Amino acid sequence: MKGLFLILAMLAGSQNPPSANTPRGDPQNGKMLFMKYGCFECHGREGQGSNATGPRLNQNPITYPRFVAYIRKPSGEMPPYTAKVVTDQQAADLYAFLQSLPKPPAVDSIPLLKQ
Amino acid sequence: MAKSRRFSAGRRKFLKGAAVAGAATLATPGKPAVAAPTRRVTTPLQDPRAETGTPPEVEVLTADHCGSDFMVDVIKSLDIEYFCANPGSSFRALHESIVNYGGNQKPEFITCCHEESSVAMAHAYSKIEGKPIGVMAHGTVGLQHAAMAIYNAYCDRVPMFIVVGNSLDATQRRPGVEWEHSVQDAASMVRDFVKWDDTPISLGHFAESAARAYKIAMTPPMEPVLLVADSDLQERPLSEKEKLRVQKVTRTSPPQGDSGAVAEAAKLLVAAQNPVIIADRAARTPAGMKYLIELAETLQAPVLDQGGRMNFPSRHRLNLSGRGRPLIAEADVILGLELTDFWGTVNAYRDQLERTSRRITKPGTKLISITAGDLYIKANYQDFERYPEIDLAMAADAEATLPALIEAVKKLITPDRKSAFQARGAKLAAAHEAAVEQARKEAAYGWDASPISTARMSAELWAQIKNEDWSLVSNGASGWPQRLWNFDKYYQQIGGSGGAGVGYGAPASVGGALANRKYGRLSVSIQNDGDLMYAPGVLWTAAHHRIPLLSVMHNNRAYHQEVMHLQRMGNRHNRGIDRAYIGTTIEDPNIDYAKLAQSMGWFAEGPITDPKDLGPAIKRALAAVKHGEPALVDVVSQPR
Repeated sequence: MKGLFLILAMLAGSQNPPSANTPRGDPQNGKMLFMKYGCFECHGREGQGSNATGPRLNQNPITYPRFVAYIRKPSGEMPPYTAKVVTDQQAADLYAFLQSLPKPPAVDSIPLLKQ
Repeated sequence: MAKSRRFSAGRRKFLKGAAVAGAATLATPGKPAVAAPTRRVTTPLQDPRAETGTPPEVEVLTADHCGSDFMVDVIKSLDIEYFCANPGSSFRALHESIVNYGGNQKPEFITCCHEESSVAMAHAYSKIEGKPIGVMAHGTVGLQHAAMAIYNAYCDRVPMFIVVGNSLDATQRRPGVEWEHSVQDAASMVRDFVKWDDTPISLGHFAESAARAYKIAMTPPMEPVLLVADSDLQERPLSEKEKLRVQKVTRTSPPQGDSGAVAEAAKLLVAAQNPVIIADRAARTPAGMKYLIELAETLQAPVLDQGGRMNFPSRHRLNLSGRGRPLIAEADVILGLELTDFWGTVNAYRDQLERTSRRITKPGTKLISITAGDLYIKANYQDFERYPEIDLAMAADAEATLPALIEAVKKLITPDRKSAFQARGAKLAAAHEAAVEQARKEAAYGWDASPISTARMSAELWAQIKNEDWSLVSNGASGWPQRLWNFDKYYQQIGGSGGAGVGYGAPASVGGALANRKYGRLSVSIQNDGDLMYAPGVLWTAAHHRIPLLSVMHNNRAYHQEVMHLQRMGNRHNRGIDRAYIGTTIEDPNIDYAKLAQSMGWFAEGPITDPKDLGPAIKRALAAVKHGEPALVDVVSQPR
């Protein structure tokens, strides 16, 4: 998982706007697939990630082509999701779901995180 | 410490003598003791031998003292505070001697519902207290139950004093079960993962072997030891005729690194531009943590705490445990202190169809290792991990070697180096602050989610305990406590199971809490659901023995590590992963852990699914713990 974390961390920055290369995806179906295909196991139900397993996907601005390229042939520890397992349309739906995730509350607004 | 008592051994000789004397009095060889009846009788209600054998006033049926009384004397000399055990007939005499002859104090008998729980309790107790307690078990079925937990303790380098009962003399065994519970070589089953064992054949032998076992267990690398207490040895009557002596226990000084190697290590560390200190089981005692702080501050070097023990304060400005990979990649000298896996620390590994690895350090990076593990490696079980190519290896105890290393380093520091160290330290402190801030930002993701995030769960728990004298007697939840809490005392973190044998967590937390109880510390645990289901009877043990413990369930309703392995295999074979839940989840029905705990005498609440309810629930549970009760809050949580 550490390899994946590094790669996605390098891609991190700000949320990218959809480009012409981004197919239309269904975030509701993407949410269902995110659970059904067990993405949440490593990345959390809210895409919050975990130091122990997988990086944060919420507010992670990886582009769609790189997203698809990574899930098809991950360079790190993540299992490969070929088109036999996740179709291109399903990948687009998953991407749309990740893009739809809301930003977290500001840290300063959470008293428990100031301890 | 050495004591002697005037006991004589030899139940068989004693009883045989009594029987012979009785026979001599009442019978003539070749003739019945009583004339045959002259009239016909019906089937007797009693065994006729009761009428014709040794008269009750001659047969000896009691003895004021027995061998196990002397064993208790021996055990008391070892200052063993508790014996954890599920009762068993093969050590019935020792059990009875502990509770009656020994007054059930040092050792006190702790009633366990499973031998795996007994061992895991002793395991965690030792890591808090720095010395072993005892475990008793049948030499057969009990030891079979205990074996996995003993392996955990072995991998985790933890001392433990195990006594197993057995009946060696086949002519003395009771018919039936005692035969199933007897074995030629009881210790053989666990010999691969205990440091030493013996089967004493006399009480003097038991005393000497007990002292030897304790000494061996407490010499780094510390490990479990095992003695077989033969049932005849335990039960044979003792008189005041024979001297039995309790041996003085010798404590061996832990092995220090060779002075030349220490000097060479100091030279490398002082000259390094980017030294990194990595600690796993480095601190055996609070002093170990103090030494590590001194070394890091002297060098202004970052510390990566792998968490096998409480090695380094979590909020120390040189703690950069969360930035391990980049620091290792930049390092020119790496000092590894009691690392379980040095190879895995300096290599990246990829678990794909073709397993691959690559070194992540720069070419020429010097690796220094100090570990007592080099003094003791066995062949069968593979806990020694892959062979690391170390440049300077000291087969020595890290904690015992640190003072000499610190002095050697100090002697080599020039004003120029000191200036460079200070500049390095300032950069590291800034990196530490950035890591702390990053952890807080990351914790905000999924903050209001249900199931509750592991970050939120950790933060809510920290809010309730931060002003107490607390001790985390379990692993954390995905490392969040280590990222969010202020760990600065040795007993606040005890590391993991060692062998990754599931089922360790719940009994270990109770054992840790048992050790903390006399200090009035607040013991807290984050309890995994799958782990608790191995042997939940330990909840009863905690309630029965009034062991206060605040347990917050990390109830993600699955064996998530295994879910991910199933996902990996499903994807690798292009079969998808939507059936990875089969055999890996703990749902349908969901387990009500609050009811489970309540049924065994705990205060308990839950399941908690709304994060807003969590803080108040922990607060109520904490109030119960402060009254001396164990308390559990069942939290339905995110996977990781």
